[in-house]
Amino acid sequence: MNILEKILANASGKQQVSPGEIIEANIDAAMIHDLTGPLAIKSFREIGAKKVWDNNRVIIILDHLVPASSIISANLHRIVRNFAEEQNIQNFYDVGRGGVCHQVMPEKGHVRPGEVIVGADSHTCTYGAFGAFATGIGSTEMAAVFATGKLWFRVPDVIKVEVTGKLPSMVTPKDVTLNIVGRIGADGAIYKGLEFGGSTIREMSVDGRMVLCNMAVEMGAKAGIITLDYVKARTDKPFKPVKSDPDAAYERVVDVDVSALEPQVAVPHSVDNVKPISEVEDVKVDQAFIGSCTNGRLEDLRSAAQILKGKKIARGVRLVVIPASQEIYLDALQEGLIKTFMDAGATIGNPNCGPCLGGHMGILAEGEACISSSNRNFVGRMGSSKSFVYLASPATVAASAVTGKITDPRTAKEEA
Amino acid sequence: MTIKGKAVKFGDNVDTDVILPGPYLVHTDPNELAKHAMEGLDPNFAEKAADGVIVVGGKNFGCGSSREQAPIALKYSGVKCVLAESFARIFYRNSITIGLPVLTCPGVSGRVEEGDMLAVDLQSGKVEDRTNGSVLEATRLPEFIMEILEDGGLIEHLKRRIETNE
Repeated sequence: MNILEKILANASGKQQVSPGEIIEANIDAAMIHDLTGPLAIKSFREIGAKKVWDNNRVIIILDHLVPASSIISANLHRIVRNFAEEQNIQNFYDVGRGGVCHQVMPEKGHVRPGEVIVGADSHTCTYGAFGAFATGIGSTEMAAVFATGKLWFRVPDVIKVEVTGKLPSMVTPKDVTLNIVGRIGADGAIYKGLEFGGSTIREMSVDGRMVLCNMAVEMGAKAGIITLDYVKARTDKPFKPVKSDPDAAYERVVDVDVSALEPQVAVPHSVDNVKPISEVEDVKVDQAFIGSCTNGRLEDLRSAAQILKGKKIARGVRLVVIPASQEIYLDALQEGLIKTFMDAGATIGNPNCGPCLGGHMGILAEGEACISSSNRNFVGRMGSSKSFVYLASPATVAASAVTGKITDPRTAKEEA
Repeated sequence: MTIKGKAVKFGDNVDTDVILPGPYLVHTDPNELAKHAMEGLDPNFAEKAADGVIVVGGKNFGCGSSREQAPIALKYSGVKCVLAESFARIFYRNSITIGLPVLTCPGVSGRVEEGDMLAVDLQSGKVEDRTNGSVLEATRLPEFIMEILEDGGLIEHLKRRIETNE
């Protein structure tokens, strides 16, 4: 069996499972946030449930519109806060206590290899970077999980993505990820699992691996996963890493050689509309965003700061930088990265999802273009339905903020 | 269960941000959400859908976020059923959960034109285009999914199960 089959077999008490089989899995952890939580709570009450199945396994994180951006969002926060209190939820991360949910979950030790984790957010697949089966579900299904601790899944076919080659300078895990999304397509992995492996992945940091798994959903995948080979333990609870058998079955294998990869950009309005940067240079940008569950981690902030050090962003450009968690924000402060950003003319936001989903903190006007380290460039994703989002690595976003147009970070480095 | 309605067509990769733009996620009233259904692609959609329509999509319908508010907005705007070449999985599960029938129907985006009168038999998966006379076969839904749809969604289904057990 492959790693996903093993995890699902284990979670459903079976010796063996195969693709297409429908199983009922025990859930190890279930997460909601401020935009999907209130609906989950409403459904939980409508079902007639009184208590969550396990108050240690429910994790609640306020991160989308934080601190409250309007009276309506303040009311949503209150609904969630009251529920956390009522149910005695042990792991509740209120404003200023956590940050972006997909960063906080592993950072605070709620993700362990071999577990089954569901979140009422599509980017829950990020935790595959730690060898867990993790997937996004809707609010009402989450209410059913809260009530029962179980959920049905169809065992997915798995596509193996083998990444080999040494990454060139200033070419990052985000560029690898965008390249893979471009190859597989926005619907190329619908209902399927994506297992990432190969020498490039084995040498990749955890921050980088999280980018790959985070964007698995942009190819339609149910889950992305990487076999865990090392971990800085953030959990006291025992866990047992799982890996694919040497003879595991895959639907197909996609080979990607990154040794000559250029920085990549996904151009409007589809995540799989991916081009090498040389084809899109000189597109003028009004805003640059570094942050989100995809690229708001320390490694991302370091690579952006490396480019921005001693420079000023271009006149007419806003650079918004949002560290993904309180912990990352503090680390970035101590390393002097925040000062570098502010000296360059950036605005720093508190850890939260920010403008990624057009919520607040940098919404785009009609006709504006944004280069963003986030994950989606759909019509209207970051504001006006007549705005344009280009997805790229934090290094490319930083280089573009300096010039005011989409810029290859390798040129920016040469100038410095 | 046969569903009838006029076809309203969209293309490939219709994402949840155009089905229900992010800024409206703060609303909890389904009727408020319904006013903004498909606003990212057609600001007049809610008016068109009010009399009851069948949405026809291409590949990967509903891709993107996990927001259950997307199928809720469609259902309450008047959409009776969605037919597409393929669906993104979270949207697919969410639609069943809230009681909006969704059927994978190969060939539908090529055979059906905007405004065609459609009749969909959920049980058999037969899709008739009564305007041009063509008949298509949608993938039949498994029995346990049909039960959820017949109960009107997962909440009613679970309530019924709890009542039966008691």
